Amino acid sequence: MPGIHAFGGYVPRLRLQRASAYAATGWFAPGLKGLATGERSFCSWDEDANTMGVEAAQDCLASRDRSSVARVILASTSHTFADRQNSTIIKEALNLSDSTAALDISGSKRSATSALIESFYAVEGNAGDTLCIASERSACRPGSEAEYNSGHGAASVLVSKEDGCAKLLGTHSVSIDFVDHFRSSGERFDYSWEPRWVREEGYGKIVVSTIRDALNKLSIDAAEIDYFVLGAPMPKVGESVAKSVGIHPAAVVDGLFGVLGDAGAAQPLILLSHVLERAKPNQMVMLVGFGGGCDVIVLKTTDAISHMRPSSGISGYLKNRAPVDNYVKYLAISGLIELEKGMRAELDQKPILTAHYRERKTVLGLVGGKCSVSGTIQFPKTPISVDQQARTTYTQEDYPLADRRARIVTFTADHLTFTPVPPAYYGNIEFEGGGRLMAEIVDVGEEGLDVGMSLRMVFRIKAIDSRRAFTQYFWKATPDRTSSTTS
Amino acid sequence: MASGIKDKVAILGMGCCRFGERWSDNADVLAVEAFEEALKDASIDVSQIEAAWLGVGFDSMNIGPSGIPLAMALRLPNIAVTKIENYCASGSDAFRGAVYAVASGAVDIALAFGLEKLKDTGYGGLPVRTRGTIYDMIGVVGSAPGFFAQVASAYRAKYGVDKDLLKRAIAHVSVKSHENGEKNPKAHLRKLITEADVINAPLIADPLGLFDCCGVSDGAACAIVSTPEIARSLGKTDLVTVKALAVAVSNGWELQGTGWDGSYFHTTRCAAHAAYKEAGITHPRKQLSLLEVHDCFSITELVTMEDLGVSAEGEAVKDVLNGVFDADGDIPCQIDGGLKCFGHPIGASGLRMIYENYLQILGRAGPRQRQDEPVYGLSHNLGGMPNQNVSAVVIVGREGA
Repeated sequence: MPGIHAFGGYVPRLRLQRASAYAATGWFAPGLKGLATGERSFCSWDEDANTMGVEAAQDCLASRDRSSVARVILASTSHTFADRQNSTIIKEALNLSDSTAALDISGSKRSATSALIESFYAVEGNAGDTLCIASERSACRPGSEAEYNSGHGAASVLVSKEDGCAKLLGTHSVSIDFVDHFRSSGERFDYSWEPRWVREEGYGKIVVSTIRDALNKLSIDAAEIDYFVLGAPMPKVGESVAKSVGIHPAAVVDGLFGVLGDAGAAQPLILLSHVLERAKPNQMVMLVGFGGGCDVIVLKTTDAISHMRPSSGISGYLKNRAPVDNYVKYLAISGLIELEKGMRAELDQKPILTAHYRERKTVLGLVGGKCSVSGTIQFPKTPISVDQQARTTYTQEDYPLADRRARIVTFTADHLTFTPVPPAYYGNIEFEGGGRLMAEIVDVGEEGLDVGMSLRMVFRIKAIDSRRAFTQYFWKATPDRTSSTTS
Repeated sequence: MASGIKDKVAILGMGCCRFGERWSDNADVLAVEAFEEALKDASIDVSQIEAAWLGVGFDSMNIGPSGIPLAMALRLPNIAVTKIENYCASGSDAFRGAVYAVASGAVDIALAFGLEKLKDTGYGGLPVRTRGTIYDMIGVVGSAPGFFAQVASAYRAKYGVDKDLLKRAIAHVSVKSHENGEKNPKAHLRKLITEADVINAPLIADPLGLFDCCGVSDGAACAIVSTPEIARSLGKTDLVTVKALAVAVSNGWELQGTGWDGSYFHTTRCAAHAAYKEAGITHPRKQLSLLEVHDCFSITELVTMEDLGVSAEGEAVKDVLNGVFDADGDIPCQIDGGLKCFGHPIGASGLRMIYENYLQILGRAGPRQRQDEPVYGLSHNLGGMPNQNVSAVVIVGREGA
């Protein structure tokens, strides 16, 4: 049977304290007080569905050889580009071969489970290893229920023809135009119907009957399910659905409402990835996606699950958190209010598309060069080597730097230059094994920076050209919190 | 075998306008102010100038492209005007062009001009601009203080200098320049400040505060150069001649290669080495009378003392705090106030530095005149960022010295 061979995820470091949202907007919407507990994740200004997707894919692929990846699928309802293949951007960032297929999937919050189902059947039909990624950066109107309930995040699974660490037992889907919420093309926010109706008619009937049909179809008893994964933008839904279909209450997987929120289309894969981190061999996992119908996927872990771990995993990223209790800061970082940026922000960031295409490996893949004669490593690749002792011409071979650690050579915290989240940290950094770059350094903690500090590279938004609505990506550095080296 | 530039070219005359926020004056007014002074000093007519070099840092934002704006402002007699943009070292490079033209024998009299009208930006500091297609995709859109502040982080790490001690040393650099600038009627900033003012000022780019940064100014400066023989034939005595002209440009080693630790300016070391060789200077600390260096930021001046070899490596903090570079110290640095207080109209700065050394050597520097009869004046003009830059070292001095 086809199965999952690797899994990973990503949760942005910023966490809005819901109590601070209530303190700011509770005067207007006092009825939401019950939601004002815990925290939700949200993207920094330079993160979106694509950047989080890259992080999740890196976490999933870890040090695995990527050459087997034949397809990249990205599911999201918050794709950055409506017409520019987002999954291709991820393919470039992961430095995968050009002969990799790429597919964007969207349309509903069950797009990730649908993408996963598609991946399973495609690999069965010899489509080749498929990297299935789900990522969501939903925008929520300030003071809305969605603002409390939502979160941002991404997850990724690698699907292949053999069992892997979790093999597919079967799937079942229904498509029904049950419009609990909608968002037309070009609109920023969802329009949502009464939650009680969604809970009772949507989850209580459509999801429940789809699960029953799936169990019948696969001849599985509900009691056999060890992990029941249902992402829902409201609390306690998983418990009530499980009760209706006879799944053991202990099997209901925590929806991470208190620490993350509901990451829309990405939520089922985030929860699945989180579950697989702790699952034992021979456990049954039921994964449900809901939206314009319902998808049910049933998986069974294998012995391989015991030694299959992502780099950081959802758990690792959940621990790497920066609480934000300044609601206005959350609004500004999320682009929901516009602070005075000053004239320095007026720099024209027009994309040069010819150069962008020509330099795509450099810019999107952080691929430098290694001299085949001297071994000198540099970024970017140039016709003549930077080596001052061994002058060689056209000898550089592609040398990917994105997965290499780096250390700080020089740094500053710049309060003058424009950045949406000041100060702007940047400095000269040197990669382990060689190669240098003057890089922006993001997600700097209260501990600050120091010469010699260890960094890892992250794919981020470099600039947003607001005049032409183009998002430019490049790699930045961030303190490597997975390592204790700060000497 | 090239014999170098030493004593082949003399300065006939120089001019420099008042630097500052010249809100009511356009670039033409600044240019004419500097040029009239130089023409008068040189005692020649404009028709005798045969070629000109114009240095401008931000042409796209003030005077516009080409040499035409200078030719029009000064109504030059349809001679060649070569436009130079080489970051903040544009002024020194324009001087180099004019000096080389005379030394080659192609022309008898040449003009070097530096001009910048910066204060039409709408905000403080240098204008934000593109640095080229590829840089814009992979480089950092930082500020000048942000780029230069990084030198402090690396310098501290290399020599184990306490953060507060380094902050105090660079504060002294600025306090000293304000003392000097206060005596200079053409300077942009003429207010005395204290060490506490510097240390307590708002942070711009860690560890640089407001008073660690030079002024951004409007201004123009120029030099008219010729051969010593022609200078004498025009009635000049006490000639100031060019002893060395060196420009070193980063080739990417600091930015992309391995080995540079970020605590110094590689190009300045290259340019200083070449200039000392050309001028025949073997002990810079003893032989140089005056230094005008590119103190865009206080930390730049401090490490430049080591790059120029006037302080031993790791000793600049001590030398600065001991007052070695004060106006009454062993070897004054920025006796005119420097970029810090005279101001920094990019293209004009390199020529402003030479102007000060020229005045000092001729004893014409007024209340700020160094009393020990200066012989050699070094000017150091740096553009770009610490990891990718253009460094110029120019030495002028008494003829025959």
